[in-house]
Amino acid sequence: MTLVDTDIKKIAHLARLQISQNELIDYVNSLGSILALVDHMQQVNTDDVEPLANPLDQHQRLRVDQVTTVNQHDEFMALAPVSDAGLYLVPKVIE
Amino acid sequence: MSWEVVIGLEIHAQLATRSKLFSGAAVTFGAIPNTHATLVDLGMPGALPVLNESALKMAVQFGVAIDAEIKQHSVFTRKNYFYPDLPKGYQTSQMDEPIVGQGYVDIQLDHSRCKRIGVTRAHLEEDAGKSLHENFTGMTGIDLNRSSTPLLEIVSEPDMRSAAEAVAYMRKIHSIVTTLGICDGNMAEGSMRCDANVSIRPVGAVKLGTRTELKNINSFRFVERAIMLEAERQINLLEAGGVVVQETRLYDSEHNTTRSMRSKEEANDYRYFPCPDLLPVHIDDDYIANIRAQLPELPDQRCQRFIDVYGLSEYDASVLSANRSMADYFEVVQRCCNDPKASANWIMGELTKYLNEHHIDIADAPISAPQLGQLLKRIADNTIHGNAAKILFEALWHSDDDVDKIIVNKGLKQLSDVGAIETMVDEVISTHVDQVQQYILAPAPRRDRMLGFFVGRVMQASKGAANPSQVNKLLLQKLNRLN
Repeated sequence: MTLVDTDIKKIAHLARLQISQNELIDYVNSLGSILALVDHMQQVNTDDVEPLANPLDQHQRLRVDQVTTVNQHDEFMALAPVSDAGLYLVPKVIE
Repeated sequence: MSWEVVIGLEIHAQLATRSKLFSGAAVTFGAIPNTHATLVDLGMPGALPVLNESALKMAVQFGVAIDAEIKQHSVFTRKNYFYPDLPKGYQTSQMDEPIVGQGYVDIQLDHSRCKRIGVTRAHLEEDAGKSLHENFTGMTGIDLNRSSTPLLEIVSEPDMRSAAEAVAYMRKIHSIVTTLGICDGNMAEGSMRCDANVSIRPVGAVKLGTRTELKNINSFRFVERAIMLEAERQINLLEAGGVVVQETRLYDSEHNTTRSMRSKEEANDYRYFPCPDLLPVHIDDDYIANIRAQLPELPDQRCQRFIDVYGLSEYDASVLSANRSMADYFEVVQRCCNDPKASANWIMGELTKYLNEHHIDIADAPISAPQLGQLLKRIADNTIHGNAAKILFEALWHSDDDVDKIIVNKGLKQLSDVGAIETMVDEVISTHVDQVQQYILAPAPRRDRMLGFFVGRVMQASKGAANPSQVNKLLLQKLNRLN
């Protein structure tokens, strides 16, 4: 599988990354070489290998259903660039 | 051409946990914005999620209740998209390996027909925050209290063929999750909402038509209306030579229309991948067996018990058992008066009528189940009769007084003293000479109707306290003797 300009543009848009025309060419090559590596790895026979969701051979630990936190509204709000009425404000988005 | 509607539903049930799916913040509704959001819910770098054991248990309870395959191994995945009320830039969900696999529920279509609807899967995921677009010039306000609230997304097969079937299915899911106690079922507060996938095809066709997805419907009534509208829109479109475009549409309940949500179309590339912050979830056979053993009586089992033990009709039993509060109410009423049929009639009749008129849920009914039971007991032991019972019911609706006290205060006690009633009957006969004459001359079929006049007068004279059937009997005896 090879990557073309439009693939890179789409991926960049989905990740909300702005890239220049020069960078675009770099990415076509560098990401393309990663895919080439993946192609190469796919030659390995994996018939008897279970798909892996996580490299750690462990299971998820569970948390008791209890409220353990206190209200840190003011501290967190102070980190926000803009806030009002206890809300974080962001540039207007509407569907 | 005749068309067939094909519907599949995705229902989001908010799980009734104390804390969130991945953090120790409280799950609340209507709290002061951003007071129940931790670093995890805010998506701060380095903050790590830990799975809530109750949410996992509730998902398994649901799976067992719909006879589904429970996956011993399940995986959380990231569903990536950008929106300000999703600060991490992804929703933690499940994709290829959900906790609950294929199951089913049976829905009652009418008095006799039942239909099985397949449930494809159910998986755990977190809710997003809330965006508030009003009151901030050029800005949007973000409240992250709802962020990481646990949801169970229940995906059906495209097995429904009408809006009515979709509603019946949704009601069934509602009744299962509320019976299990894993969701409060409060649709007005968004505890249960649904997306509907709707397509149409010519009757008899095998291939499915292009579907549209109706987003965020939050009441049974809106599900029905939105689906009917959308099916009609698609039929009109195809019959005019157009094509249905696969898209997400929003149901606007105020204007009763559906409209396209164009902004989301291009974003439908979620790039799912396993979440590296969460390990695979593993549960063993004992865990599942334990939950199965502790499952409460489910709506279908309760319905069957109402038929077997109380002798209710299938229809009455299915109506009463469909809603947990109503079923509980019924059982208390019937325990008080020991008359299941009368209990069913009064709950499905008078009580439901009043509740609907006042838009009150049965759980908040102003007449308690023991009160209604006591009322029915007083009908059964002949203390009051039908008319007085309705007056009593009305009085109970407005006051918390004891049933027997109201009977005394309002003079509702039935007069069964034959002597007293006889005196009143004689009085009415002797003061209405003309009417009595007409009655005697009338042919038998007309007499029935004329008798009502005399019954009415006697009831009036007794101020409604006389037993109408006794009045009837005495009047007939006396009038026929005059022949």
